[in-house]
Amino acid sequence: MLQAILVITGLAITFGLLLGYASVRFRVEGDPIVDQIDALLPQTQCGQCGYAGCRPYAEAIAAGEAEINRCPPGGETTMVALADLLGRDPVPLEDQEAAEKPKSVALIIEKDCIGCTLCIQACPVDAIVGAPKQMHTVIAEECTGCELCIPPCPVECIVMVPVKPSLETWRWPSPDEENLLETGT
Amino acid sequence: MEFRPVTSPYLQADYSVSDDMLQVLLALVPGVVALTWFFGWGTLINISIAVTTALLAEAMAVRLRNRPVLPALFDGSALVTGVLLAIALPPTLPWWLTVLGTLFAIIVAKQLYGGLGYNPFNPAMAGYALLLISFPAEMTRWLLPEMLAEHHLGLYDSLRLLFTGQLPAGLNWDAISSATPLDEMRTRLDMNQMIDEIRQSPLWGDFGGRGWEWVGNWFALGGIYLIWRRVITWHIPVSMLLSLLLIAGLFWLIDPNTHPNPAFHLFSGAAIFGAFFIASDPVTASTTPRGKLIYGALIGVLIFIIRSWGSYPDAVAFAVLLMNMAAPTIDYYTQPKVFGSEEAES
Amino acid sequence: MSTVQAPIWEFYGGIHLPDHKAESTRRPIAIAPLPHRLVLPLQQHIGEMAEPVVQVGEQVLKGQIVAEARGRVSAPIHATSSGRVVEIGEHRIPHPSGLDAPCVVIETDGEDRWAELPAPWPDYTAHHPDELIERIHWAGIVGLGGATFPTSAKLATGEAKPIHTLILNGAECEPYISCDDMLMRERADRVIAGMQVLLHILGARECLIGIEDNKPEAIAAMRQALDDAGVSQARVVVVPTKYPSGSEKQLIRLLTGHEVPHGGLPADLGLLCQNVATSAAVANAVLDGQPLISRIVTLTGQGISEPQNVEARIGTLVTKLIAFAGGYTPALHRLIVGGPMMGFTLHNDHVPLTKGCNCLLAASAAESPDPPKPAPCIRCGRCADVCPARLLPQQLYWYAHARDFDKVQDYNLFDCIECGCCSHVCPSHIPLVQYYRFAKTEIWNQERERRKSDLARQRHEARLARLERLERERKERLRKKKEALEKKPKGATDDPKKAAIEAAMKRVAAKKAARQEAADGAGVSANTSSED
Repeated sequence: MLQAILVITGLAITFGLLLGYASVRFRVEGDPIVDQIDALLPQTQCGQCGYAGCRPYAEAIAAGEAEINRCPPGGETTMVALADLLGRDPVPLEDQEAAEKPKSVALIIEKDCIGCTLCIQACPVDAIVGAPKQMHTVIAEECTGCELCIPPCPVECIVMVPVKPSLETWRWPSPDEENLLETGT
Repeated sequence: MEFRPVTSPYLQADYSVSDDMLQVLLALVPGVVALTWFFGWGTLINISIAVTTALLAEAMAVRLRNRPVLPALFDGSALVTGVLLAIALPPTLPWWLTVLGTLFAIIVAKQLYGGLGYNPFNPAMAGYALLLISFPAEMTRWLLPEMLAEHHLGLYDSLRLLFTGQLPAGLNWDAISSATPLDEMRTRLDMNQMIDEIRQSPLWGDFGGRGWEWVGNWFALGGIYLIWRRVITWHIPVSMLLSLLLIAGLFWLIDPNTHPNPAFHLFSGAAIFGAFFIASDPVTASTTPRGKLIYGALIGVLIFIIRSWGSYPDAVAFAVLLMNMAAPTIDYYTQPKVFGSEEAES
Repeated sequence: MSTVQAPIWEFYGGIHLPDHKAESTRRPIAIAPLPHRLVLPLQQHIGEMAEPVVQVGEQVLKGQIVAEARGRVSAPIHATSSGRVVEIGEHRIPHPSGLDAPCVVIETDGEDRWAELPAPWPDYTAHHPDELIERIHWAGIVGLGGATFPTSAKLATGEAKPIHTLILNGAECEPYISCDDMLMRERADRVIAGMQVLLHILGARECLIGIEDNKPEAIAAMRQALDDAGVSQARVVVVPTKYPSGSEKQLIRLLTGHEVPHGGLPADLGLLCQNVATSAAVANAVLDGQPLISRIVTLTGQGISEPQNVEARIGTLVTKLIAFAGGYTPALHRLIVGGPMMGFTLHNDHVPLTKGCNCLLAASAAESPDPPKPAPCIRCGRCADVCPARLLPQQLYWYAHARDFDKVQDYNLFDCIECGCCSHVCPSHIPLVQYYRFAKTEIWNQERERRKSDLARQRHEARLARLERLERERKERLRKKKEALEKKPKGATDDPKKAAIEAAMKRVAAKKAARQEAADGAGVSANTSSED
């Protein structure tokens, strides 16, 4: 009886030490999880997740405070990628409708702009150029389509225009996406 | 003028999966004729039962899965599964066992995994394995081959036997039935008899059991036809039979008293049938050329191991099912070298 | 020159196809009439889009550059006849997407007057290879076999790695296409002349001309032209007819026995490959000083009344070409640009002829039946047997179908040359190549989005840093002000007016500095209103 206890204890201590040593010796230096999550988010900084931007959302996910399905711009792809990274189960998107919206960029209808700079202050990625009392304009290349500039505009001169597919961004449809190739009829 | 866009290539070879399945059925004909010649009507009746069950089960399962029924029926895969399973079954098997095995093959082994192309295990062998494990007595009761049997069961007698279990008046099981050569060999080896002793029995022919040898030859003929028609490649049958020959030969050389000669392994049981028609099933086998060789060779080794030391006399089903599990891994590690990669390394 | 057959190696995979070339080789090459309207897409090549240098309303002459090349991997676009620029804007182009793209539209004046062209250089050996490459760049020559990679950029790779053998690709392995065949039959001397220029540029010691054995007339004509030109360092090598022998890598394997290293270029083996039509275009540019303004295109298929090859100006609308060949027949089912294996269907025939368009196949339903509904993959492996890149198409399909883009790259997706052999032989009729095209463009797209989101993250972080700094500075100012106010009662001897002025000046300076910093920090934005 005593022998058994001693053997088991001895084994436990040996393996414990081995494991402890291994965890120090073979430690994997990886990105902190927040960075990895942040890297998967689309960086629109749109706040549709309910957080102030992509990074805060990433922090919330890492802390286990937020679900992974709250990013409409990232859509299904981002959710699945997050599920993969975190080893969680994929969940349906919270706002399916928003996720299916075509990708758009903001456009300032320049003749209506009064130069109030409110949109400039709202833009999370500094993609709007302008100065007080001067017309503003959106740098379409830099715009993430977050729509945060729309509510502050006092004259409602900002509209979202869908990004036109170009030869550069065009992609072949998957044969699984039925009938996509038959649109030319 | 507007056109409906479709993607290239616009030229397609005009054959389909069902053509392949048809070729397989055609290639099975000689073997089935031989089986019928030597062992009576039982195999043909089994085939009818299994095919009917397979088609009904396939149609029902596909319907339940909300997939189009007709294409699934006409691709011929259920037909082939039914025929392959029936060929593997003894010609005396009660009808409901055939039905049970086929249902398991089609519904559990095939459709539950997603239907044709998605099943990891060979459906016919899964059905066979289920029956063999659950009903060993029925599954090992074969008939005496034609040349040894004093009584031959006619079509009516065979039907009556399979559907009601009644033998014709004046006959008992002992008069018509017999173990398979492999079974016989096992039993008597277990009784510590020598090979020479065992082979005194009239059951034996030149290589394997009488009758059985010829069944093997005729299946080989069909298999070669399949290779010629490029429905299957030579890799799996050749590597499987070769490895079985080699390992059996090795042990035979070491101790010919307790290990039958390699030709016996080849021409008894389901080795040849399995090599050309079961192991080479593309869905569940390895798909790379090197992978196929490894896959086939390991099946050959497993067959020998299970036959020699396992508790079942024949082993093709188990060997194939075990290797089905290994196929994806074999594929991953045997990818062909892409164009130019050898030059890039040198 | 020698008629001794060099040894031919084999390449893995490939398929035998009915060649259907006789239909379009019965007539000589016809010259398409000058159209009323020319539509010149700015992107007719791989690389950067050309930049228009003409205005709407401007008169242009034949051979005048209407759009400049942007960088080395780009090609200029020339007016292909004289006339007036009527539009610079989006127009349907021949592209699988059916999308519009920027084009220069010219209304021709019928005079077909040449612009002033650079001097012909019949004595090209007197010119440095760099000069000749510059001339070829100016001429807007791109790979005319369909790849449309700028020829000057390809030739320039020879500078880094010495080229000992030039390979001229006259294999033309795809069914139906016969433009290179006809070019070699009728204008072999031109091809050989261009080849000599290319040999001079590259300093290569020999040239192998690969032609499939189903073109005996072209082989004879090319051998004759070599004899006539007295070229000894080139020979025609007849290769067996097997698709895709005309693919660059496969042809190199056939002719030299070497495989282009994985991830490398033919230049790594000291080889460079050019299409025969490209070679003829080089002759025009160097020997005659003419830019690339026309090409030979095969018009064929049961959907066209008079199948034939025509030499047509770049920018001619497909409808005009079809009309020239007698119009459509009732059998017409679909219109394919390129061959039946690698081409794509046009959504609409109001598109211009481009530099890379070697064939218009007006296929009947019998020639190009609608694809049957795909059945499940049974992993029969026929696709792997025919894949010239030695890939495992069945595995690629599995992962592309599952959208596992990492795994699909593990199985070397990007080595796929999209030849279509796998789809052709698939008994389940799975559109395999389409899955690979989808996966490739999807991976590129994800890469682009990743870069875009990285940029957005940087900009966002820069903005947060700037806001934080501004806030810090504001607090600092407030604190100083407070301190100043607290100090005041102690030493209240100063003139309050002076102090006020000083404070105001300080404020202005601080404001200026802040504005400066804000402009620096944001680069383009001026966030001025949040300060006061």
